[in-house]
Amino acid sequence: MLTREMQDILADAREHGWVMEPQAKRFFGLAGLDVPRGGLARTPQEAGQIASVTGYPVVAKVVSPAVIHKSDIGGVVTGLANREGLEETFSRLSKTEGFEGLLVEEQLEGIEVIIGAKIDRQFGPVILMGLGGTMAEIYGDVALRMAPITERDVSSMVGGLKGKVLFTGYRGSRPPDMAALTALVTTFSILIEEIGDTIDSVDLNPVLCSWKRCTVADARIMLKKS
Amino acid sequence: MDLLKLFQPKTMAVIGVSLTNESHPANVIFNKNNLRQRVRVFAVNNRGGELRGEKVYESISHVPGPVDLAVIATKAHLVPDVLSECVQAGAGAGIIISGGFAETGRKDLQDRVRAIATEGGFPFVGPNCLGIYSPPHLDTFFIPSERIVRPEQGKVALVSQSGGVLVDHMVKCAAEGVGVSAAVSIGNKAMVREIDLIRYFSEDPGTAVITFYVEGFDENEGRQFVMAAGECPKPIIIMKTGKTSEGTRAVKSHTASMAGDYAVFSSVMSQYGIVEATDEFELISFAEALSCYPGSIEGRVAVVTGSGGHGALCVDACAAHGLMVPGLDETAQGELRGQVSPVIQDIASFRNPIDLTGSSVDDDFAAVLRYLSRRQDIDCIIALLLPYLPGISTDLGARIGMIYQQEKKPIIAYVPHVEKYWMLIEGFMLNDVPVAHSVEDAVHMAEALKRHRSC
Repeated sequence: MLTREMQDILADAREHGWVMEPQAKRFFGLAGLDVPRGGLARTPQEAGQIASVTGYPVVAKVVSPAVIHKSDIGGVVTGLANREGLEETFSRLSKTEGFEGLLVEEQLEGIEVIIGAKIDRQFGPVILMGLGGTMAEIYGDVALRMAPITERDVSSMVGGLKGKVLFTGYRGSRPPDMAALTALVTTFSILIEEIGDTIDSVDLNPVLCSWKRCTVADARIMLKKS
Repeated sequence: MDLLKLFQPKTMAVIGVSLTNESHPANVIFNKNNLRQRVRVFAVNNRGGELRGEKVYESISHVPGPVDLAVIATKAHLVPDVLSECVQAGAGAGIIISGGFAETGRKDLQDRVRAIATEGGFPFVGPNCLGIYSPPHLDTFFIPSERIVRPEQGKVALVSQSGGVLVDHMVKCAAEGVGVSAAVSIGNKAMVREIDLIRYFSEDPGTAVITFYVEGFDENEGRQFVMAAGECPKPIIIMKTGKTSEGTRAVKSHTASMAGDYAVFSSVMSQYGIVEATDEFELISFAEALSCYPGSIEGRVAVVTGSGGHGALCVDACAAHGLMVPGLDETAQGELRGQVSPVIQDIASFRNPIDLTGSSVDDDFAAVLRYLSRRQDIDCIIALLLPYLPGISTDLGARIGMIYQQEKKPIIAYVPHVEKYWMLIEGFMLNDVPVAHSVEDAVHMAEALKRHRSC
């Protein structure tokens, strides 16, 4: 069941047609998915305060209803090692159209995975998983299943990827926590069935999967056009 | 929805026969059923009269005794009234051949017809369709008998959104010797839909495999289809057209752009163990393979051949289609060598592919297939039977067929499909060993067994 706050997040986003990253992460955090520590900074000072809690290095991302693909405009800066770099980034990105603030978060490691959902006209809620980040659209290495999906579906989705070796560890690297990934995908699938009437599609991209945790590093919910 | 009267009616009224135009679809349907099918058929036209010496009834209610099936081929605007009469007369089911409904923008007329039928508890196929071919009971395809190619009665049910494609599939089934339990052209599928037919054929003892030709599903219909398929104990094969879509270009999320209509369709079919065929040749091959062996395999194939080249071709094709050809160990090779004729013991290769060479005889193939059928590490055997080898006789098909009947490990044969070899081919097919027309086709058949999952 959706909490009151989750319902409000969806309702408040109707005006723009999509839920921006900070609210989308809050939404998925409330649903029990792992999200990075951090927060939305409205001033350079706030940015510094958030970073002093999470610890450096941090990631900074522009928040604007006018910007759907942040990377395309250089709106994502990773590996900020100190306060000077963070404040400089703030001042640069504050010139972005529709700027509402800067999202400052702990920097995470792991392989980049895309987990998505779409409400298909013929089949209803459909779940997607594959290689994420900017690789997602270049390689298109993804698997699709109709929701609801089971734990077995998750392992067959991973097994069907060309890049499946990334999930079992390669060249001595420690493989990602598959139990965490499986739990994340199945929880996500249940959630998508619940909100299937209000959404068009969802991107969790990337989800960063390390041997310790699988964390939703970016999220976006596209709402159904009314 | 009880569909038995659609497929096995004892009596049938053909409504809308012409008294003046012998080539009217209703007349073709009346004549071909009256002369050649088991159903007892009555002609109906509101003017009454006679047709080729048979009485024409003025209305379905004038037909003596109960009518199981009403075939309606009148003008579209008359269909609602005709349908009401059918319901009142207590007819069991209907087929609406007539066009002029949703396909020409008259969805309102189609909705009216559906409402009348739903209220009357009267299942119907169509409108805008060829109807049903269900040997030996009936054939409502309005194609004159001399023009249609009829496959033999068999175990494959064909369901199609296109009448033209369906007729083509029947021609190809006949050419491959694949028997058909029923063929249904569902047209605009205003009432009876794919889902109803999955349920009917899953209960029909005459059907072993169900195939679908689908152009598209309505909203959420795909979901209902796979759920029904998931409960069906018989293999289901599907072929889809309309794979390219313009609709997904303007989207803003990665997921929506990567999860296009066809990508989703194909993934969901495979998720539910439905075997997708990419063209009509695959469709027929898959149907043949799965009607012989309705189980599923993991895909550990043994290849037996009388020609090294054919063996190599087959191994390459297996690799390209995700099938394994595991090598046999030394012990197994030794055991195999001990079972074949002395003359080939030193020249044959037993590792897998197993090449028995051009000097092999029937007994060698029989011994090797029997041995492989009993091995746990092999779950499917492809036998490349080259009938031009002098030691191979036309009896070998039935002989290997008997091995399959006894051991129940799937065997797929390849024999060139020319008339000269037809006795060999029939020997296989009568014993549930599918026969491919090429090496690649044999591998396709094995792939179908792998992709089908019993749910």
